[in-house]
Amino acid sequence: MTTTTATADPAAEFLDRRSPLERARGVLHRYPALSPAIVLVLSVIVFGLLNDRFLALSNLSLITQQVAVVGTLAAAQTLIILTAGIDLSVGAVMVLASMVMAQVASGSGAPPVLALAFGLLVGMACGGLNGFLVTRLKLPPFIATLGTFNVFTAIALLYSRGATVRGGDMPAVMTWTGTTFPVFGVRVSTGVLLMLGAYLVLAVALSRTAWGKHVYAVGDDKDAARLSGISVNRVLLSVYLTAGVILALAAWIQIGRANAASPNVGVDMNLDSITAVVIGGTSLFGGRGVIWGTLLGALIVGVFRNGLSLAGLDVLYQTLAVGILVIVAVSLDQWIRKVRK
Amino acid sequence: MTTIDDTSTAGTPAVVPDATPVLQARGLVKTFGRVVGLDGVDLDLYPGEVLAIIGDNGAGKSTLVKCLTGAETPDQGEILLDGNKVHFKRPQDARAAGIETVYQTLAVSPSLDIASNLFLGREVRRPGFLGTVLRLTDRAGMRESARRELRELGISTLQDVTVPVENLSGGQRQAVAVARAAAFGSKVVVLDEPTAALGVRESGQVLELVRTLRDKGVPVIIISHNMPHVFEIADRIHVQRLGRCAATITPQSHTMTEAVAIMTGAAQA
Repeated sequence: MTTTTATADPAAEFLDRRSPLERARGVLHRYPALSPAIVLVLSVIVFGLLNDRFLALSNLSLITQQVAVVGTLAAAQTLIILTAGIDLSVGAVMVLASMVMAQVASGSGAPPVLALAFGLLVGMACGGLNGFLVTRLKLPPFIATLGTFNVFTAIALLYSRGATVRGGDMPAVMTWTGTTFPVFGVRVSTGVLLMLGAYLVLAVALSRTAWGKHVYAVGDDKDAARLSGISVNRVLLSVYLTAGVILALAAWIQIGRANAASPNVGVDMNLDSITAVVIGGTSLFGGRGVIWGTLLGALIVGVFRNGLSLAGLDVLYQTLAVGILVIVAVSLDQWIRKVRK
Repeated sequence: MTTIDDTSTAGTPAVVPDATPVLQARGLVKTFGRVVGLDGVDLDLYPGEVLAIIGDNGAGKSTLVKCLTGAETPDQGEILLDGNKVHFKRPQDARAAGIETVYQTLAVSPSLDIASNLFLGREVRRPGFLGTVLRLTDRAGMRESARRELRELGISTLQDVTVPVENLSGGQRQAVAVARAAAFGSKVVVLDEPTAALGVRESGQVLELVRTLRDKGVPVIIISHNMPHVFEIADRIHVQRLGRCAATITPQSHTMTEAVAIMTGAAQA
């Protein structure tokens, strides 16, 4: 008889009408950093099983150092993507700021603090220009930053005359971000710590300040934010300026990591930063995501690249794997977003 | 027998306008190029009443409300709040003066939680160093006030103020929007088509909320196409037609059919 199924538990239907899959989706929707966290843990386990050198402390330390620069760029990128924008110029801004820092530090005999301050100013000026184009001239962020990406790249090359400044020609402060020290046997670089500091500050600002709520609200629904009394343009401008500050920090970390400032390295990192943000669960449509997800996303990319290279695969397979990761991550985001009624 | 000189009302006025109006509009004119949106409109809103504004499409309802809430600036005429002349350039100005608006498009941020939405744009900071220097918000305090606000408005279905608004039903979202407008000691609450997107039961909840607001002494302006809702909730009805106020009636003085007739010009008030 079929009565057994019908009378099994009539109340169950009302307690939770959703299937396990839908419930999982609800949880992933509420905690955007959960899916990248799961992926990171799984990939570490898999690569660890494939190659016992992968889990060596020296290798894990290497991964964090490899991630530091892109991770910092991605922190800035996250801010902008949360407002439903995108910044194609992050890599170019970082290169321009690093060239200015390096030139001032090496050539003029100025104190290194001044060199860092100039780099910071350049980062903020670039961010400010992007913000101006987006808020005042009403250009779509994609187009505005596509333009400034080329402009900043060209200026960096013109200013440096295409020449690399070697780390040895700069005061030690400039390459301090590349120095490492042991923490429980793992060598941690100062650059990695600075990156983590940037994430911590951003995480608190985004979740615990009015400004953070406004960033989400602007990305969620610009009109609703405006009607709530939020000055949308002011929030957007502040986001691009803050991104500029973080990019200047990334420039410093890059000089330490490469032990040089080169106008040719890092310009193409804009796409890597977007990759980290997307894999980290932040929605390209704005208003949804957490900054820690981006750090996880950057680590996932680092783990994949490192793990595949340890497995002896050609570098093209790393690119292939990262490409597939992006597509999977965005598809997952689309599916998770369907929770919205 | 007293003769109340009322230009529009054929029947007896239900609300005796002895109190001073909270909000007054005098001779509002607004043109868009050659299109006349408002052609000299007067409006009075008295303490503790629900004033409905009805009218056909293009009659100037939205323009009138936009002028009152700062979304548009009238070309001529004046707006008085508590007897004082006010001039709104932006919606924020009207909001700062105490006129809160719930827009048809539901100005809530879906991914933020209920408490964050209630306090969006006027977050409360923590006291001392944490708030003034580090600018941290008083999350626990805001959540507590949000709970209290919702309880006072009798919105029992919204227990957990940490739920993102996107997880709520249409009626619950509308309730959040209304609660936000009603909170923070506002003088006037304006609701633009609050029941347009809602089902029968949810509409009932929103109308109940409007009643609660009125009983708390907050005057409400409600714009609606839905005649049964208007006649259920309104104390007075401002009928807008061709950019002018065709009549101010009450649910007692006129029937729904008569109101529609005035609205469409089939009958004079």
